[in-house]
Amino acid sequence: MSKVQRPLLALSLASCALLAQPIDFVKNVEPIFAAKCYACHGPSQQVSGLRLDDGASALAGGYGGKVILPGKAADSLLIQRITGANGLKAMPMGSNGLPAEQVAIIKAWIDQGAPYPNRAAAKAAPPQSRHWSFQPIRKPEGNIDSFIRAALAKQSLAPSKEATKPTLLRRLSLDLTGLPPTPEELQAFLNDLAPNAYEKQINRLLSSPQFGEKWARHWLDQARYADSDGYEKDWARPWSWRWRNWVIDAINRDMPFDQFTREQLAGDLLPNPTVEQKVATGFHRHTLTNREGGIDNNQFRFENVADRAVTTTSVWLGLTAGCAQCHDHKYDPYRQKDFYQMYAFFDNAEEEDIDAPLPGETGLWLRKAAEYEQKREALIAEYRVREKQPAWEVDMLDAFKNPGRRTDWDLAWDCLLKLTDGGDGGKIIRKPVARRTTRDKRILENHFIRNYHFAIGQKAYKEIKFDELDKKLKDLESAYPQLTQAYTLLENETPQQSYLRIRGDFKQLGIPVEPDTPAFLPPLKKQGARATRLDLANWLTAPENPLTARVTVNKIWQELFGQGIVKTAEDVGVMGARPSHPELLDYLAAKFKDEGWSRKQIIREIVTSATYKQSSEARPELTEKDPENKWLARQSRIRMNAESIRDAALFSAGLLDLSKLGGPSIKPPQPDGVTSIGYARGTKWEVSPGTEQYRRGLYIHFQRTTPYPLLMNFDAPRSTTAACRRLRSNTSLQALNLLNDPVFLEAAETLALRVLREGPAANKDRIQFAAQLVLNRAATAAEVERLSQYLDQQRTVFANEKTLPVHPVPNIERAEHAAWTGLASVLFNLDEFVTRE
Amino acid sequence: MNFNAIQKRRQFFQSLTGGLGTIALGDMFARNGYGAAPAQNPLAPRKPHFAPKAKRVIFLFQEGAPSQMDLFDPKPLLKEWHGKSLPPSLTKDMKLAFIKPTAAVLGSPRTFKKYGQAGMELCDLLPHTASIADDICLIRSMQSDQFNHHPGQLQLFTGHNQVGRPSMGSWALYGLGSESENLPGFVVLSSGVGTSGGTDNFSSGFLPSTYSGTQFRGSGDPILYLTNPTGISDKTQRARLDAIRDMNGLHQSQSGDEEINARIHSYELAYRMQSSAPELLDFSKESQATLDMYGIGKEPNAYATNCLLARRMVERGVRFVMLMHASWDHHSGINQNLPKQTKTTDQPSAALIKDLKQRGLLEDTLVVWAGEFGRTPMSEMRRPEDAEGAGRDHNPNGFSIWMSGGGVKTGQVIGKTDDFSLNILEDKVHINDLQATIMHLLGFDHTRLTYRFMGREFRLTDVHGELVKKILA
Repeated sequence: MSKVQRPLLALSLASCALLAQPIDFVKNVEPIFAAKCYACHGPSQQVSGLRLDDGASALAGGYGGKVILPGKAADSLLIQRITGANGLKAMPMGSNGLPAEQVAIIKAWIDQGAPYPNRAAAKAAPPQSRHWSFQPIRKPEGNIDSFIRAALAKQSLAPSKEATKPTLLRRLSLDLTGLPPTPEELQAFLNDLAPNAYEKQINRLLSSPQFGEKWARHWLDQARYADSDGYEKDWARPWSWRWRNWVIDAINRDMPFDQFTREQLAGDLLPNPTVEQKVATGFHRHTLTNREGGIDNNQFRFENVADRAVTTTSVWLGLTAGCAQCHDHKYDPYRQKDFYQMYAFFDNAEEEDIDAPLPGETGLWLRKAAEYEQKREALIAEYRVREKQPAWEVDMLDAFKNPGRRTDWDLAWDCLLKLTDGGDGGKIIRKPVARRTTRDKRILENHFIRNYHFAIGQKAYKEIKFDELDKKLKDLESAYPQLTQAYTLLENETPQQSYLRIRGDFKQLGIPVEPDTPAFLPPLKKQGARATRLDLANWLTAPENPLTARVTVNKIWQELFGQGIVKTAEDVGVMGARPSHPELLDYLAAKFKDEGWSRKQIIREIVTSATYKQSSEARPELTEKDPENKWLARQSRIRMNAESIRDAALFSAGLLDLSKLGGPSIKPPQPDGVTSIGYARGTKWEVSPGTEQYRRGLYIHFQRTTPYPLLMNFDAPRSTTAACRRLRSNTSLQALNLLNDPVFLEAAETLALRVLREGPAANKDRIQFAAQLVLNRAATAAEVERLSQYLDQQRTVFANEKTLPVHPVPNIERAEHAAWTGLASVLFNLDEFVTRE
Repeated sequence: MNFNAIQKRRQFFQSLTGGLGTIALGDMFARNGYGAAPAQNPLAPRKPHFAPKAKRVIFLFQEGAPSQMDLFDPKPLLKEWHGKSLPPSLTKDMKLAFIKPTAAVLGSPRTFKKYGQAGMELCDLLPHTASIADDICLIRSMQSDQFNHHPGQLQLFTGHNQVGRPSMGSWALYGLGSESENLPGFVVLSSGVGTSGGTDNFSSGFLPSTYSGTQFRGSGDPILYLTNPTGISDKTQRARLDAIRDMNGLHQSQSGDEEINARIHSYELAYRMQSSAPELLDFSKESQATLDMYGIGKEPNAYATNCLLARRMVERGVRFVMLMHASWDHHSGINQNLPKQTKTTDQPSAALIKDLKQRGLLEDTLVVWAGEFGRTPMSEMRRPEDAEGAGRDHNPNGFSIWMSGGGVKTGQVIGKTDDFSLNILEDKVHINDLQATIMHLLGFDHTRLTYRFMGREFRLTDVHGELVKKILA
């Protein structure tokens, strides 16, 4: 009390007299508010949701709740703020609060009931922005080349000539399928003199199954796809790939992007959803999971839901919402409330693992299911599981209700929350047994058998041989066909209230919020009383939405030119880059959304353009005038992705396994010890059997804490947040990777064998043959000469060597094989090989 | 073909492999999408905001949270409270990982003595650290926001508890560039078991991978793919590199892209790395006295080897060496297990300081010894019958670390915790404050070393961090 009274003593008599009178808002209070508060909390801006000039708004309060409690000035947050009491930051920002006289007036006014005049306040200006990307998309007249040429003319630059046919086909193949052309494909193209020869290649490549693999990878980047949880335990997620299958298939079928959006954000909410539509919701199951003991589950649920809002905003809207988790966005009209309204869409979704069998799986499973169940039940009975579990459940619930009695049971409870495999153990155990599903029961039983030792200690656990049982059950499971699982989202039946979080702190609840879209964009159309993820998906791809189409075609352009029309593909907001060709962007966006959201159509239109087909060779005047190649007077040279580099090497060597599409992730060989930097010596990395290890790079198991080295060396994203574009660095670790990684050495050794077996007889022809396989073009005379010289030198070296760097192969002279392996390795290390020209 | 151009390039690369200092070094990084001019060297040495006190950092990370009250911060009162619960007023609102606030106090069996001019109290398990008391600044009032390992380690190294941000070493490299022509600028050495944070602790996050920590491994290739394949001699490898260089050169003369020259350069650096790593790892020229000082040779001790390696690396211009030693996570059997960790780490840590000092390197090398947080005065007993095997739970308030070297005011103790080592009484140093101070010693205003990502300027200290002036000499 004394703290508040002290300044009053300093007041002049005049103001004391005033305080005794009724305070008039307009005469006494508003001048203070207008001078000190309205700039941020007035008609034009409502920082933290607070507006002080309008009675109804002011009394309703801000994001944190009420700030004026009529009649209770001392308890009102407004007074605490303008005095900087209770450790709060004083307002106005950067001051030490208002002068004591002014505080006294406001205080007296609140104590008198905070009467506002009955006047119609100027309506709060709806948040608007003249920013280019928030304006409606209008389709301008023209086509890709006309927009590019017009801009080039303004810069007094001329476009480049068309690339040579071999370069063109390699470019097109790498861009559409991520693989180089075979020599036969190239030859067919060279021989084809028809005017539509190039278009035929586009058709072939767009309908190739490898198209889906290549373009799925970009989508996986944005979905932060991974095969493990992340964080300390970093458990493997054995079924992540099931969603990846869906993506590859959807892209190959050219599923319209609006449907692609609906199924991934809200497949479960579609009428009578199919299994595939539920599988699609796995997009938002790639959030990280922290299973470390002692972690607050509420915090990680909050962070996951927030991540879903941030990712959706980034991938579809191209806006950076992360800032608004804690406060109104500083630059974009994205308020903190907007963030939590987006958050609310996802707050009502629960994680659910489901059976998602692939074609042909169910029959096999059905045939054996009864037998499997019988054997499992026999084991459960043999080890008397059902006699022990009920008591354990009682004790567990007791530990949950009365924490702190026994550390061991507390730990057992925590482990139930963290270590339950395939579901939420804490939720299941609290359900009455009668309400548990078959799946619930299985999940809890497995957890009980595997983790009972937390409750009773290792010694007792081993006495009842549950460790042995656990192993037997696992063996049994792998001996019988099981249904493929999928990670999905499911809407909560009873909606739960979402709250804004003050300063982004999950513990500090602010005002309640309902699911809704940002106020500065076209309004959301709800189908029911409460907006759902399905409404959100429909809104994202509604014709009037100015962002989704622009952002999506921009990312397609980025893959085909190395950078987007807007360079910052993840941010088209106020702080993002401006489009280099705004009309072109709108032209493509309009076509995309008005003509059926077809990914393949847009790609076809782009790769058919003269702009795309240009040579990528540098020209001296361009290096000076347009070093970043913003105006596209030439194509860009793009260092290929990590996955493509490996794919191309294996493909040239004839090793790449393209026999099937999709399926579980693979583990190619990697040096010992890569995973040991992780927790408890990490995960087992068992190399995939047979030709599995030669499958494409997008199938490589992504272990978040210890990723496959090639992926990190060549800038694959770390799969923690949506990656809308990849960086492209050029490092010596990349050089070492290509020089000495056994994967590339094996490719070189195999390629050499291929040259010796399939190639022509003469050295120089053989060199040409190898160059065709790796670089997809004829080598120049100078190149052939340099390579011959190298080859001769290698022959001399290996003729006298005892240990040769190649395996003995029947009918192949080993030293010769070694020399050609060296040559193949040289080719795989060329800048040209890792570059899409 | 343009023969003159090729000749010119040959000369260029001959001078380059000769290791002339005038040639821009390091990995070329171009076309990062941010419009950097091609062929700009992202690792070229750069000047910080102001004159730095430290040019390089050795971070001795003690993973798992060493117990401050058993090592650095004596709490005699714990013995009197042993077996009893703390007053609820002290433990109100406390969040713990595994135990509840009502858990009984665990007295420490350790004895403490005063060392150095400041009378720094250290426990009987740290005789070697005691011998460098005048060369370290002991901070007893560290604070983290995290009480779980992975988030705690992320906060310590990246300033924030969520995955995806650049590590301190990456920031240092991004800000200062590298001074080594033959070795990576940010090196990671590990010993003991694996860490919770894994590669997240030294990832470049959203910074280009050029700034990522490179792991030097204890077995197999010291750097992944560093060694020539079996059957490939140095000479053969050099011939291969010559062929690659000439072929790239031929293509460059045709395509004209500067980026190809950058790649040629990366291969030359890779070759130099291959040639210089064996020399770095070869201890045969170290004196017996030096090896004895670190305790190398008696029984295998990877931490000791790494401490000596760290010195050899900073001598050769490595900017940031990060040792990760695991684990101090003594939830149980702390009285049995703590002496094992100190036996491994005490002598080499102290030897590193002495060795750097005698070589004149300590003046401008910053050394930090720290875990991600500390431990509780309350005991953790996984089972009531395990009293002998009691341990301590995690506590983010009031843990102890020490610093030494470039720009640090040594021979002093900063901060004070309460009688139970539960809370900080004086001079709280938050993790972000420590980071701000480390950046300051390297010559940076931590608020101004930023990188734009996802529409926001990011920095090591997130949106927090105050310089701790008491630490500065």
